[in-house]
Amino acid sequence: MLTAKLDELKRKLTESASLVESMIDKSIRGLTQKDEKLLLEVIEQDEPRENDLEIDIDEACIHVVACYQPQAKGLRTIMMVLKMNNDFERMADEAVNISESALFLIKRPAVKPLIDIPRIAEEAIKMMRDGLASFINEDTTLAHSVCERDDLVDGLRDQILRELITFMASDPETIERSIHLIRISRSLERIADLSTNICEDVIYMAEGKTIKHQRWEERK
Amino acid sequence: MESAVLKAVDLSAYYGDNLVVKRVNLSVPEGKITAIMGPSGCGKSTLIRCFNRMHELTPVAKIDGKVFLRDEDIYQMNPITVRTRIGMVFQRPNPFPMMTIWDNVIAGYKLNGVKLSRSESSEIVEASLQKAALWDEVKDHLRRRGTFLSGGQQQRLCIARALAVKPDILLFDEPTSALDPKATAHIEELMTQLKKAVTLVLVTHNIAQAGRVSDFIAFLYVGELIEFGPKGQLLTTPKDKKTEEFLAGKFG
Amino acid sequence: MIPLLLIVFYIITNGISSLSWTFLTEIPTPVGEKGGGIANAMVGSFLLVIIAGIPSIPLGIAAGVYLSEHKKSKLAYWGRLATEVLQGTPSIVIGIMAYLWLVVPMGGFSALSGGIALGIMMLPMIIRTTEETLNLVPDSLKEASLALGVPYYRTILRVILPAGLSGIMTGVLISVARIAGETAPLLFTALGNAFMNWNIMKPVNSLPVLIYNYATSPYPEWHRVAWGASCVLVVFVLTLNLVVRIITRRWKVQF
Repeated sequence: MLTAKLDELKRKLTESASLVESMIDKSIRGLTQKDEKLLLEVIEQDEPRENDLEIDIDEACIHVVACYQPQAKGLRTIMMVLKMNNDFERMADEAVNISESALFLIKRPAVKPLIDIPRIAEEAIKMMRDGLASFINEDTTLAHSVCERDDLVDGLRDQILRELITFMASDPETIERSIHLIRISRSLERIADLSTNICEDVIYMAEGKTIKHQRWEERK
Repeated sequence: MESAVLKAVDLSAYYGDNLVVKRVNLSVPEGKITAIMGPSGCGKSTLIRCFNRMHELTPVAKIDGKVFLRDEDIYQMNPITVRTRIGMVFQRPNPFPMMTIWDNVIAGYKLNGVKLSRSESSEIVEASLQKAALWDEVKDHLRRRGTFLSGGQQQRLCIARALAVKPDILLFDEPTSALDPKATAHIEELMTQLKKAVTLVLVTHNIAQAGRVSDFIAFLYVGELIEFGPKGQLLTTPKDKKTEEFLAGKFG
Repeated sequence: MIPLLLIVFYIITNGISSLSWTFLTEIPTPVGEKGGGIANAMVGSFLLVIIAGIPSIPLGIAAGVYLSEHKKSKLAYWGRLATEVLQGTPSIVIGIMAYLWLVVPMGGFSALSGGIALGIMMLPMIIRTTEETLNLVPDSLKEASLALGVPYYRTILRVILPAGLSGIMTGVLISVARIAGETAPLLFTALGNAFMNWNIMKPVNSLPVLIYNYATSPYPEWHRVAWGASCVLVVFVLTLNLVVRIITRRWKVQF
């Protein structure tokens, strides 16, 4: 009985994660392809759906705890599902942020060709996908590897920031657009961070080991 | 909303002058498991014994109010008929020790002098034991007396026996209290399968069991029905303070 | 244990020499004549046991069932008291009562009155053992049957009584063993008969009475017959007890 319930929860979480992934993907594509429709979809349709899913999963988790009092791995699974649910919802919020900034940017000329942002987006989305895969397959090796890639994304974001600061310094007209670009890159970096959280949760769920708040060298 | 197969209306039950069940109004939904939960001595066993008219067999017992089985007042019906349509499984497994497993399953027919043909009884025995998840373990020993069975198996035999007369409802009075954890898990699993065939009412003082097994929970305290609702809702956000206290373990 | 073995041994050794086919199949001969046997006494004892058993076994079991099912009623209280009093009544008193109530109105001694007297003696024992056996049958069996939709009377007849069968049969056989050897009541009721008699309205001989008459007689020939009869009686009682043991071991239901 408990196993069936946990499987159902995992399925629901996967559904939620897939939705979030498509939201991020759509918001970046809407930016690069200047597709207003896609961006509006993310804000007006996908986000409410994701919120509903989040509430659904939250309630389901509490019910499972109340009715089945899971222990050991079952307990860790439920607790981590709750946390991951939360993380996915925040990722969805970040996707909405990206879409809002993108709506502003696509109506105006580009500050610079979009190279780095798609790169950081690609990396963040990959981390998110791998995080989800490690959850579904309980693959702790994959989870560890995702955590290690977080520094790369941080580096990319810093690079974008430095570049945009120089643009802003040389041409004040670019400030507003640059700030939106910075916002987008920050959102993408946050998404990568949240994916790292998720991987830490997966490791705790599968192995019972906490690797949070450690520098990545100590994790080995 | 599921239809109610059993309805208690202002049901009160007495032992002599002692009022044990106080004006309970309860609708048991069809095809679901309804758990009646409460601390020891709250009247839950008495309540279900009013449902199959076993309460009145105690010399000084009395009831007030009505109980309807699909719109028929069971206290206007022949009690024998009521008991074939509303079966009961008890706390201590009680197969008939002088009878073989085969005879135990069809005891509801044999003891009433109902003649069954060889193929009819064979069909009933197999179907009932299959539904009770006991067929594979005893199919080669049907002509032996049931004394070699473990406690959990004996309880499943009692369930098969109750199922054989094809009741509308099965009442379970703390059916796993006398069993070890493994046998308990078997019976709980069995109960969740059984609700496809028959409506179940389960009396338990074990909150965890009610949570695992039931669809609806009725909380009874000192003979009164305090709260009734879907189990997820009742266990996470109960509406009544008493329910909250019981779940928190303040009494029980 | 040892006195019992000594008694049994003594009787058997003294009586075994009298046993023969003729002994068991012929009626006693007058004093002085050779041969003769105890056939009429055996037939008489048989008749008496049957007459005693036919009313008292069903009645005793029924009363035992009632007492077991109604532990608290007033009738049960008085019933139990009456049973105990009856159990403690000396057999000779029962014999005298049977004389007054049966022999006198009937105008003569008979096997019927003897059987009834013995039946009255069987009754308390059967009631007691039935009640005690049924008290041991757990209530859960009764509940299981009732909850299946089996009416009360069928529950008693087809579940409770069969469950207690070995105990009830034990009670019946022990009471038969007991009355088989009762003498005092028979002196006032069945009296005795030198001839073979199958008519229950007439006096009939029986093993205990024959033993009493012949053992107290002055004839050594009759003493020999008395030993033989004692031997038969003892063997019968022992056999019954053995049967009881076998029944208990094979049929007893564990709860």
